[in-house]
Amino acid sequence: MIIDLAKFIAAGQPFWTELDAFLKRLEDDPYRSLPFDQARRFHYLYERTAADLAKLNTFANEPETRGYLESLVARAYGEIHETREKPHRFQPVHWFMVVFPQTFRRHINVFWLTVAITLAGCAFGGFATILDPESRHVTMPFGHDRMTPSERVAREEKSTHDRLAGERASFSAYLMTHNTKVSIFTMALGMTWGIGTIIMLFYNGVVLGAISVDYIADGQAKFLAGWLLPHGSFEIPAILIAGQAGLILGRALIGRGTRKNLTERLREISTDLVTLIGGVGVLLIWAGLVESFFSQYHEPVLPYSVKIAFGLVELTGLTLFLWKSGSKLRLPQ
Amino acid sequence: MNNVRASTLTIRTPEGVVFALRLASPFTRFLACALDFACVSAAMSIVGLAIGLLGLLSYDLSAAVYTLVFFTVQIGYGFFCEWLWRGQTIGKRLLRLRVVDAYGLRLQFSQIVIRNLLRFVDMLPAFYLIGGLAALINARTQRLGDLAANTVVIQSPQFEQPDLEQMLAGKFNSLRTHPQLEARLRQRISPVEASLALQAILRRDEFEPRARAELFARLGEHFRALVEFPPESVEHITDEQYLRNVIDTVYRSRKTDTQSQPKPAH
Repeated sequence: MIIDLAKFIAAGQPFWTELDAFLKRLEDDPYRSLPFDQARRFHYLYERTAADLAKLNTFANEPETRGYLESLVARAYGEIHETREKPHRFQPVHWFMVVFPQTFRRHINVFWLTVAITLAGCAFGGFATILDPESRHVTMPFGHDRMTPSERVAREEKSTHDRLAGERASFSAYLMTHNTKVSIFTMALGMTWGIGTIIMLFYNGVVLGAISVDYIADGQAKFLAGWLLPHGSFEIPAILIAGQAGLILGRALIGRGTRKNLTERLREISTDLVTLIGGVGVLLIWAGLVESFFSQYHEPVLPYSVKIAFGLVELTGLTLFLWKSGSKLRLPQ
Repeated sequence: MNNVRASTLTIRTPEGVVFALRLASPFTRFLACALDFACVSAAMSIVGLAIGLLGLLSYDLSAAVYTLVFFTVQIGYGFFCEWLWRGQTIGKRLLRLRVVDAYGLRLQFSQIVIRNLLRFVDMLPAFYLIGGLAALINARTQRLGDLAANTVVIQSPQFEQPDLEQMLAGKFNSLRTHPQLEARLRQRISPVEASLALQAILRRDEFEPRARAELFARLGEHFRALVEFPPESVEHITDEQYLRNVIDTVYRSRKTDTQSQPKPAH
């Protein structure tokens, strides 16, 4: 039997058009929810169109109408069978103050792993600097290998002109965007089953350890603390959180200790990854501003004790924020 | 729930209905990406001129704003467009591509963000080499970002319903003068054969004249062999007209009897 196509189209067209209109309304406003009677009607239209498609597939092989009905059924299927929570209107303050720290705490074990990897890198870089001074040419980027810490401190403290004068805002913007790119890259490397993320974290640790040991061995620990703490108290945790996101991604890909399939594992973590990397972006905006407008000033312009105190206050504040913020509110899992 | 066959993603709903989404090829996706790149470059050239005016006040401020705006557009273009247009950017719109959830469900914002952020790895070492290779190897042509976000890129062609009324109206169908043979034809013809005849008629203007004549000759021969009509009904009509008559017989019910049909021209 072959259906009377013209009659079939004429009979189904009003329902298909109505379903299409429903879908357009839902697609135009992702936050829209339907009242009960409209939801029933929408479901009826979906089932009717699905039945039409089944009938067409069985009794006529007409690709144009079938393609049209398939696209309608596919769109309606996505709306009806979606069981994940509907998107809420984005509330930036709530998201940053509650969702971000809660997400961070939910994966705290992974964060400790990133800390351990970075500390291992620090130890490697530090030992390399002590045992093989020539390694500084490899482990110290941004020209730090070209002069000793004492020479740099002397140059900075004697400098009479502001070397960032007229470039401070653009330098700040550069730092924000560069560090955010590095963070995103660190997270994205989680797709290498976390290996790329581990290498990035370890390498960051090597650089940090090598430079720190170099300054400490040269008796410039105070300068180092005053230089790194104000922006590093945000920047380093931000990179660690990006690494946390990367390792969460890697763990989901490996899937050890769970019976869920890959798709389910990735689906479970997707919102957390976005939250973590979004939080990292916010932290890096602050770090960029501080690095450009505060960290680059040294004694005698700005006492090191002030810079160190400022950095310690930031670090304490960030720690309290990540550990406590939003802890009294419970989010739906 | 769903399975993959060559270049399509087939989804079976709990109601038992099956529908197929046609997957976009890596090459088409690369073209869409190139179009998006051109759009971002063009937008930044225009925005850059406006930001350049800020340089009259402060060069530093102008450079900072440009850096931030460029970064935001570069990163945010994909998020913004795909969220606003339900899985489409300008390049994808032009090539009729769309990002959808791999299970056919509603696309979530987090999926859009992840697939766009993971471009950083897909782009490595240059020209989306890693992403392109991943898409070529993957059965659903997913790059790494799609794998992580559980999305696929499909082709969403525009659907036009066949205008049967216009195609068949006003034409005399000589087969209708033999209702019994018509009924036999309806019984013997399969949906695939009927669809083949319909598509040949609908797309007849797309063929070269010679190929068109050969195609309709072969189809005519095939359909004439299914049911033998009396010579006076079929011998003076072309293969193409014969096929029209077959379609008219198969796809339209006998609401019009032979008396209400247009009279044959003499």
